[in-house]
Amino acid sequence: MVRYTVRRLLQAVPLVFGAAVVTWILIHAAPGDPIVALAGEDGDAGYYAMMRERFGLDRPLHEQLFVYLGRLAQGDLGFSYRQNRSAVSVILDQLPATLLLMVPALAVASVIGISVGTVAAARKNSALDNTARTATLLGHAVPVFWLSQVLLLLFALRFDWFPVQGRSDARAGYEGFRALLDVGHHMVLPIAALVTVYVPPIMRVTRAAVIENLDEMYIRAARARGQSRRRVLIRHALPNAMLPIVTVIGSQIGFMFAGSVLVETVFAWPGLGRLLLSAILARDFAIITAMLLMLSVTIILMNLITDLVYSLLDPRVRHGT
Amino acid sequence: MALERRAAEPVTLGERVASGPARGRPGRSDARAARGSWKRFASSPVAVVGLVLTALFVLVAALTSFIAPTDPFSFAGTPFEPPSAKHWLGTDDLGRDVLAGVVHGARTSLLVGVAVAGASLVIGTVVGGVAGFAGGKVDDLLMRLTELSQVLPRFFLALTVVALFGPGLTNMVLVLALTSWELTARVARSGVLAVKELEYVTAAEALGSSPWRNLRTHVLPNTIAPVVALASLQVGGAILIEASLSFLGLGDPNVISWGYMLNNAQSFVRRAWWMSVFPGLAIAVAVLGVNLLGDALNDFWNPRSRSAGASG
Repeated sequence: MVRYTVRRLLQAVPLVFGAAVVTWILIHAAPGDPIVALAGEDGDAGYYAMMRERFGLDRPLHEQLFVYLGRLAQGDLGFSYRQNRSAVSVILDQLPATLLLMVPALAVASVIGISVGTVAAARKNSALDNTARTATLLGHAVPVFWLSQVLLLLFALRFDWFPVQGRSDARAGYEGFRALLDVGHHMVLPIAALVTVYVPPIMRVTRAAVIENLDEMYIRAARARGQSRRRVLIRHALPNAMLPIVTVIGSQIGFMFAGSVLVETVFAWPGLGRLLLSAILARDFAIITAMLLMLSVTIILMNLITDLVYSLLDPRVRHGT
Repeated sequence: MALERRAAEPVTLGERVASGPARGRPGRSDARAARGSWKRFASSPVAVVGLVLTALFVLVAALTSFIAPTDPFSFAGTPFEPPSAKHWLGTDDLGRDVLAGVVHGARTSLLVGVAVAGASLVIGTVVGGVAGFAGGKVDDLLMRLTELSQVLPRFFLALTVVALFGPGLTNMVLVLALTSWELTARVARSGVLAVKELEYVTAAEALGSSPWRNLRTHVLPNTIAPVVALASLQVGGAILIEASLSFLGLGDPNVISWGYMLNNAQSFVRRAWWMSVFPGLAIAVAVLGVNLLGDALNDFWNPRSRSAGASG
């Protein structure tokens, strides 16, 4: 197990650097000068040159790339000249706001997706199964930002049940528990929109995996021993179906961040979405590269964790290639 | 007895081959099997609904100039007219007809969806095909590359590229295609590996058939169907990402698109609900149609990769 883990970790390292190189080259090949964006359109040529030298931007591009990779190897993801601090600290400032939406949405979506998917699998082709599958297909097709707009139109504007935008009501000046409640009130609609797009992949995979497991011999054996259908479903089929479910949640992490950014835009929620868009406008390359790289690393880590969990539970994976 | 069995063989073989991954040369029995396949395909409600919705989407995109001949950017009435007999879906903040925008937007979405799926099909088939056929170090290298393309955050990379290189459909299609060929490559590779080992291919090789000829006459025809089916799943995802980027204001400013209309609607959401409701419905219907059709195609050709969704 240890050897397998080490091997998988070593395989992930070139992947991280590959992602870093691709991202860095793409961003630096783009037109637009960060110094001009920083110092203004009609600055003094000497001032531009001084700034370039100070940030090492006067050196040839391949040299800059090597400097970047060298710093990356030491865990330094770059420095934002604009904010005058490290890109990571800027991103970490905004991350909690985004996670405040994503984590509850993912938790709710997992509960709904796994329970409905399991019941749908147990009653294959029933009315409930068909409804669930149709809903899944619709959820796959609906653009999350549009869904957010419709929720906003209906429940904030038409019925006035929820606040329209933002994270808190600044004018009310709530304190303590009341302020917390206010943030929660603002979270309902964005989370509802996210749940709608997070559920379909989870439900789809749960249903497929449980159905597949229900066909296995050990289920028949358990039933033959006199265990109830319900017990077999919950104690045997579902735990064995968890692996693909965890995999799909892991593999969708990029998609989930994307959904979050779009929802944040509709509800004017201050999070990573706003940060990325403003960093792009300002040509703040450090923040853009750091953010893309952190996303890639998250995806790599998710893949890695799923692989390790797989190998822990299924020894065949470890000994194969 | 023996003679009878031999006479009966081609038909059963033909049928078996046509339904499995290893399809032989087209012949009479093959055509019959294809008709049977069509019946099986058409008997699934998912396939039929998908086909109808996709046909509607493609027809609207193709017949734009008949349905809504006016320029969707031109002023058609007073601003913020609610839906009426004159403007079925109302007008926007500049008095432009929402229906004309929705109809013309179909063309943009279809173009992006098909271009991304087509390009990712080509890249994936080439990478996967070469990897499977060449094997060894080339295979290793190409598969590492495939892994790399899988870990890049697709939506954010597209967002960054389009924002930095300037909005335009070409940039968007390029970056989406370059990040969406991973699954296609894997399926093409495993398809090539499976066919390469089949006896008749080894036999052809032993008879002196060149690798290129082998690839063209045996391997490619046998792998192309599942790969095309898989690529069809890219269409819906690409349409959604294009709409998302246009919604963030990163669409092509010279081309009307559903995402652009929703971006515009965001500022007037309190005033004109019709500006957001209809373009969004159009996206949902179009994506639902192509996803259903893609699912049906994959049930048919890739029964094992069914859970590979089109969301990305």
